[in-house]
Amino acid sequence: MSDVFDITRWRPAPYLPQAEARDPALIFVIAVLCFLACLTALGALAGDRGARGWTGQLVGEATVIVRARGGETPDAAAARAAEALAGLPGVTEVRALEREKAYELIRPWLGDIADLDDLPVPRLVAVTLDRKQPATAAALDKALTAQDLDAVVDDHSMWIKDIRHAAGVVRGTAIAIFLLIAIAAGAVVAFATRAGLAARRDVVEVMHLIGAEDSQISSLFELRFARIAALSGAIGAVSAGLLGGILRMIGGGEGITPALPIAWIDLLAVLPCPVLAALVAALAARITARRLIKGL
Amino acid sequence: MSRNANAAAGDASADEILRFTNVSMRYGRGPDVLSDVSLSLPRGSFHFITGVSGAGKSSLLKLIYLAARPSAGGFRLFGEDVTRMSARDLPMARRKIGVVSQDLLLLDHLSAFDNTALPLRIAGHKSAEYRNDVAELLTWVGLGARMQALPPTLAGGEKQRLAIARAVVGRPEILLADEPTGNVDHEMALRIYRLFVELNRLGTTVIIATHDQDLVARSGRPVLHLDKGRLTPLASQGPVG
Repeated sequence: MSDVFDITRWRPAPYLPQAEARDPALIFVIAVLCFLACLTALGALAGDRGARGWTGQLVGEATVIVRARGGETPDAAAARAAEALAGLPGVTEVRALEREKAYELIRPWLGDIADLDDLPVPRLVAVTLDRKQPATAAALDKALTAQDLDAVVDDHSMWIKDIRHAAGVVRGTAIAIFLLIAIAAGAVVAFATRAGLAARRDVVEVMHLIGAEDSQISSLFELRFARIAALSGAIGAVSAGLLGGILRMIGGGEGITPALPIAWIDLLAVLPCPVLAALVAALAARITARRLIKGL
Repeated sequence: MSRNANAAAGDASADEILRFTNVSMRYGRGPDVLSDVSLSLPRGSFHFITGVSGAGKSSLLKLIYLAARPSAGGFRLFGEDVTRMSARDLPMARRKIGVVSQDLLLLDHLSAFDNTALPLRIAGHKSAEYRNDVAELLTWVGLGARMQALPPTLAGGEKQRLAIARAVVGRPEILLADEPTGNVDHEMALRIYRLFVELNRLGTTVIIATHDQDLVARSGRPVLHLDKGRLTPLASQGPVG
């Protein structure tokens, strides 16, 4: 009442009501979308890291399969191959594997064999390559041919190509899903803005009537929905970050599965989510609000 | 200025606040709600607009407060050609017009004080500059004891006066009122009318659309009578009682 109303202490009230009944539902929907977007981002990072890890291991190694010729024993041929490759530029270590090791590799297909001497099992030479400037398969092959060795060089290029392709697919899919979710969040915010404007048509009409500029009116809704989206984005990001942290703790350095190794630093990827959500919301609110104001 | 309904177009002058020249208006692709309306009103004048429901009274007011544009004809307001006004210029022109609409358009979540202060806030004034004026104005319209009240808690007459306070707080050049006495008793209608007269004495051009023939008759003010969207002649009314 007027007897307690001190106008010197009066402060203008916000043009829009502080909270609407539909706000909790909107916050929930945007938070879920942000949560899914953050999880997608974490999945993409982990998938990329997994693919890079596998590729890195394969890039640093090559395997040479050596078959004995003429009267030469397999062991002698393997030793000669190792000798031919050692010291080549881009090669850091060469090791001829023992006969048993080669046998272990083919045991799943041939089963237990009593006398290995009867079986012409090729010998394997493991080559460790310089990671910075690895020797090419052609260079290794040339060195072996020069020593008249019957050898095949496998630099794992086929595997590397496949893994890189798979990593690209994972990355592309994750980006596409992320974009879809971002667009869905923007659409939800746009619909919510339209509903919010319809519910607050009285505010829009009054402000329009008393001479508010379109930008003044639309900025009210931009700020309102940016705030809601930022809050929702924070909830979604924190939830996704917590889930990522749990997966990291359960799976150690390899995450919940070796294919998706989550690192602690990956969790930082969720940080921009509230800001991005607020920007998307503000943009959607601006476009929707201005379109509706024009129609008044 | 003639007291006849067709207080129509005259020569442009510096004292002219608005001029319609053969104005027609329609909503979308519908029929004309106003047809071939021509009139000129001087600054500081006081007019009633009368006519049955659907005669075009509210549409005429809408044109004047720039919520709609003519579909044909010329319209000058404050000396400017409205038909050539850009959308960017419209808000500034609207700030010179006070409107008391039929449904009042009060914001229920804002107090009477905040509702009244709205036009000044929108115009960019600081609260310290206008809060005393707002309080004085609310006291003047008889709402000094209800400044913190929300509109839903106000009586019909109080809401009406609050809407008037908001319409005049920015010292508009024109005050438009659409059926301002439609939902109040006779005594309150007279009080509201006297409020308009007082504002008119202070220099505000007043245009009131009403069904209240008794009020119009007692006021002796010039009448713009609309019939099916056209201005038609009507005998002048006697002096206010």
